Amino acid sequence: MWNDLAGYLQDNWQDILVQLQDHLLISLCALVVACLIGIPLGYFASKSDKSERLLTVPFQMLRVVPSLAILVLLIPIMGTGVLPAVVALTILAVPPVLLNTIAGFRQVPDFMTECGRGIGLTERQVLWKVRVPLALPLIFAGVRTALVEVIASATLAAKIGAGGLGEIVFTGLGLNRADLLVIGGVLIALLSLGCGFLFDLMTGYVLRYKKAVA
Amino acid sequence: MRAIEYRSLTKHYKGSTLPSVDHVSATVDEGEFITILGSSGCGKTTLLKMTNRLIEPTEGQVVLFGEDISTVDEVVVRRRMGYVIQQVGLFPHMTIEDNIAVIPKVLKWDKERIDARVDELLEMVGLEPKEFRDRYPAQLSGGQQQRIGLARALVTDPKIMLLDEPFGAIDAITRLNLQNELKRLHDGTKKTFLFVTHDINEAFKLGNRVMIMNEGKLLQFDAPAEIVRNPADDFVNTLISSAREQEQFWKALEL
Repeated sequence: MWNDLAGYLQDNWQDILVQLQDHLLISLCALVVACLIGIPLGYFASKSDKSERLLTVPFQMLRVVPSLAILVLLIPIMGTGVLPAVVALTILAVPPVLLNTIAGFRQVPDFMTECGRGIGLTERQVLWKVRVPLALPLIFAGVRTALVEVIASATLAAKIGAGGLGEIVFTGLGLNRADLLVIGGVLIALLSLGCGFLFDLMTGYVLRYKKAVA
Repeated sequence: MRAIEYRSLTKHYKGSTLPSVDHVSATVDEGEFITILGSSGCGKTTLLKMTNRLIEPTEGQVVLFGEDISTVDEVVVRRRMGYVIQQVGLFPHMTIEDNIAVIPKVLKWDKERIDARVDELLEMVGLEPKEFRDRYPAQLSGGQQQRIGLARALVTDPKIMLLDEPFGAIDAITRLNLQNELKRLHDGTKKTFLFVTHDINEAFKLGNRVMIMNEGKLLQFDAPAEIVRNPADDFVNTLISSAREQEQFWKALEL
């Protein structure tokens, strides 16, 4: 088994690098698009109970559909390849970003925004200098959840020809080769852990005030 | 010079039977230290917030230095005044320096001017600039935080300071120190202070005149000694006798 693993890695490291790159690229694309959709939408949804329900319900429903089903359902509409994979992963990633953005803006205390206005900030300045920074910890938590989900689910993208580390896993399944399953699984897990770690470093720096205690 | 004038100022929220603030008329001269005393829900905070347009009146006007503020942009009105609240409201993600400099930065003061002003204010409120400017609010005690709250309110050297129960959440000993320092700070300037409190001792100690409010109405507005000599009605009477009762209680303990 160990020889199989080492042998495979030695013979195929160039392919693996490409698959790693594809996996990362698909995941990050989906995550960025999900943030571009989820954060502004979450901000608007947080403005009232009605808008919150209107926006969260459809995404919650979409979430119930398994990612694999979304992928397959997208084939007749978008065909195969990278684009439908990114779309499917985006659909998967929006709910945690959206819901956490809503929660983030909701938990900003009223006295904070009022205080911002009271000392003479305009509405826009209150948004960017007070409300967004105070909502940020929860928004980041949502993005992190989405990041992990997306990297795991991007494995399925190989099913519709979008590449990624899923190719190793599905090849392993097809050929009934445990060594490929292990390599694929471990690489995906490492990628997920690594990205999570880098993300935590980044947010830890942005939110460094949280570490400051008397 | 007349700093503040309330003209029949009223705030009536939809759905409530009684107005929160009921036809309050009063004038305040520049340099006065006015305390507004009343129990919770009496309209004192609403009155204060109408002074910087955080709340718009249903009726009546607020006139500051001869200018009806409903004709002035609300952000401009607020930048002419300092604003301090009980919850302090320091922004947790900004250092002390950045908290004090929020408005100067928005106004694009140059860096040297901001630095000098922050140092000056930190010294004024009794905190060593070198030690405190780079800290975050969570690293300060409640009393220290409110000192920063004061410094932030004073940063543009406003003529009017609005203080909404600033020492309400601070322990008794620290509160006493802060009261004395606030009084000293006021005496050294020509600024007009409006200070909301529900603590009768605080109100009578700090204010050169006291507004007593109940159920939205301004019951009495006079110097502390005058209020004690001639309480306007039963409510004011009860208020004073309750304070006296406290005093008796302490006397009794000493015997």
